[in-house]
Amino acid sequence: MPSPRSPMAAPRSFQWTRRVFLTLLTAFVLLPVYVMVSSSLKPLADVTSGFHWLPSGLTLRPYIDIWSTVPLARYFVNSLVVAGAATVCSVVIAVFAAYAVSRYDFRGKRVFTVTVLSTQMFPGILFLLPLFLLYVNIGNTTGIALFGSRGGLILTYLTFSLPFSIWMLIGYFDSVPRDLDEAALVDGCGPLRALFRVVVPAAVPGIVAVAVYAFMTAWGEVLFASVMTNDTTRTLAVGLQGYSTLNDVYWNQIMAASLVVSVPVVAGFLLLQRYLVAGLTAGAVK
Amino acid sequence: MAATVARATGGRAPHDGPPAGPAAGAARRPGRVRRVGLPYLLLLPALLLELLVHLVPMVIGTVMSFKELTQFFIRDWGAAPWSGLDNYTVAVDFDGPVGADLLHSFLITVAFTVLSVGLCWALGTAAAICMQDTFRGRGLLRALFLVPYALPVYAAVITWVFMFQHDNGLVNHVLHDQLGLTDKPSFWLIGDNAFVALLTVSVWKGWPFAFLIVMAGLQNIPRELYEAAALDGAGVWQQIRRITLPSLRPVNQVLVLVLFLWTFNDFNTPYVLFGKSAPASADLISVHIYQESFATWNFGRGSAMSVLLLLFLLVVTGVHLAVTSRGRRVRTRA
Repeated sequence: MPSPRSPMAAPRSFQWTRRVFLTLLTAFVLLPVYVMVSSSLKPLADVTSGFHWLPSGLTLRPYIDIWSTVPLARYFVNSLVVAGAATVCSVVIAVFAAYAVSRYDFRGKRVFTVTVLSTQMFPGILFLLPLFLLYVNIGNTTGIALFGSRGGLILTYLTFSLPFSIWMLIGYFDSVPRDLDEAALVDGCGPLRALFRVVVPAAVPGIVAVAVYAFMTAWGEVLFASVMTNDTTRTLAVGLQGYSTLNDVYWNQIMAASLVVSVPVVAGFLLLQRYLVAGLTAGAVK
Repeated sequence: MAATVARATGGRAPHDGPPAGPAAGAARRPGRVRRVGLPYLLLLPALLLELLVHLVPMVIGTVMSFKELTQFFIRDWGAAPWSGLDNYTVAVDFDGPVGADLLHSFLITVAFTVLSVGLCWALGTAAAICMQDTFRGRGLLRALFLVPYALPVYAAVITWVFMFQHDNGLVNHVLHDQLGLTDKPSFWLIGDNAFVALLTVSVWKGWPFAFLIVMAGLQNIPRELYEAAALDGAGVWQQIRRITLPSLRPVNQVLVLVLFLWTFNDFNTPYVLFGKSAPASADLISVHIYQESFATWNFGRGSAMSVLLLLFLLVVTGVHLAVTSRGRRVRTRA
């Protein structure tokens, strides 16, 4: 397989620079990961007495204790429900919107794309306060509990990933040849059937990429989670702070809990990162 | 890429629809008529949600900024008295304590954003270029590099909090105990060092995104360019300077803007790193406004500050877009 760059072998200077740079970068990237993993396996005395590169003894105790120190399982379920629902809704809505922009000419198209994209620019803090009041007031007048509920959080999070998802999918759908869905339309498919039978299957990498992005966005959000949840609906983002507000800081448990909450997203991300790069290449970066 | 797409659709599409018969020609006309409203219908869910969560709150926020909205009016914010431009004059009165703090926070945020975006971009671009050629372990390294981006913010940042601990953190252990670079263990999360700590975490967390985007951008550079340059005798360094970097310019323009907006608005990193009150040296604007609003329950003033922040970001984005689109026009003409 030919290399993407020159057919000539790279000169020594470049090879050495590359080797040194990539080694240092790897160390920088992995240092916290090592701290997280190794500290999560240490007894409490080991993490409070000073930093040690190697644990004096390995223990799985922190992984058992994390579930009882704070109601981690409940936070976990909350995060799973909120992030999962937000992802599904966001992807479906983004597919519809991107299909409309990619395949139809209509009045207000440009206004729509510019408006949606510009919401990415808003500082979260600007609409946190009004949204807080809006949700409280909607609850007071209609009885629909948005503030403090999972529903309100799902609604909020899905709009966070929506602009980027729509933008990326427009690019992706544009790269799917129009002839394919035109042919389906001629065959008598309705536009929605053409979308789901032809365009969506052809855009699977882009859709997967968008779903990964949406899930990560919802799973990692802190600001709105800290204001808009209560004891029963608290997500991991806020719940994890429970280990450090106590008198003793259980660093080994914090690290174990951090690892546990990271595994689903990191594993999913690494499995699907191929699609993300492919999706970005076809969609966002053109 | 193209191959996967072709495989995913090829052969399937023609068989899916009902058999083409006399209906096919007739189905086309009513389809056209329905199409007029269809795009709007498809956009409706996205539009409604954006309105509910972003645009309406933004309008409300702007209205709030002209009100004296304190804790007494939270239940019924419409009843709060109008206060004209009072919230704004307090916020931009840089001689007063509120305005002075806001200005300080703004300047810190600008410095932090410029440094963080610059470093993220440089690291991401350098790593992407280093990994342009295939070599053994490239796939693994690429996956490793994306880990900071994939980790949930709070899990990653809390690990850094542990590393920056005064007594039992890794950073002091290495710098003081092992290398002896400091006289005594330093405090990283309070005082002036907090800025360095924040920058480190932000770059660690942010550079993989630049890496990801630049990597995607590199795949769109035609290989013939490199081959032609190699035939002309250009070495690797020259190829990077003459082909890779100029070809990346359009990608970089978008990337830098997105990184700038995300970093400037970042709340999660400082909030998890420092808790509710950030040290003065790392008092980023988002946390500052949050603190100003929720500590004093003065939502009117917080909203005025948010509006000012948005105006600033609008101006920066507008100037950026104007400059880059003019640059593009000049280049295509030349």
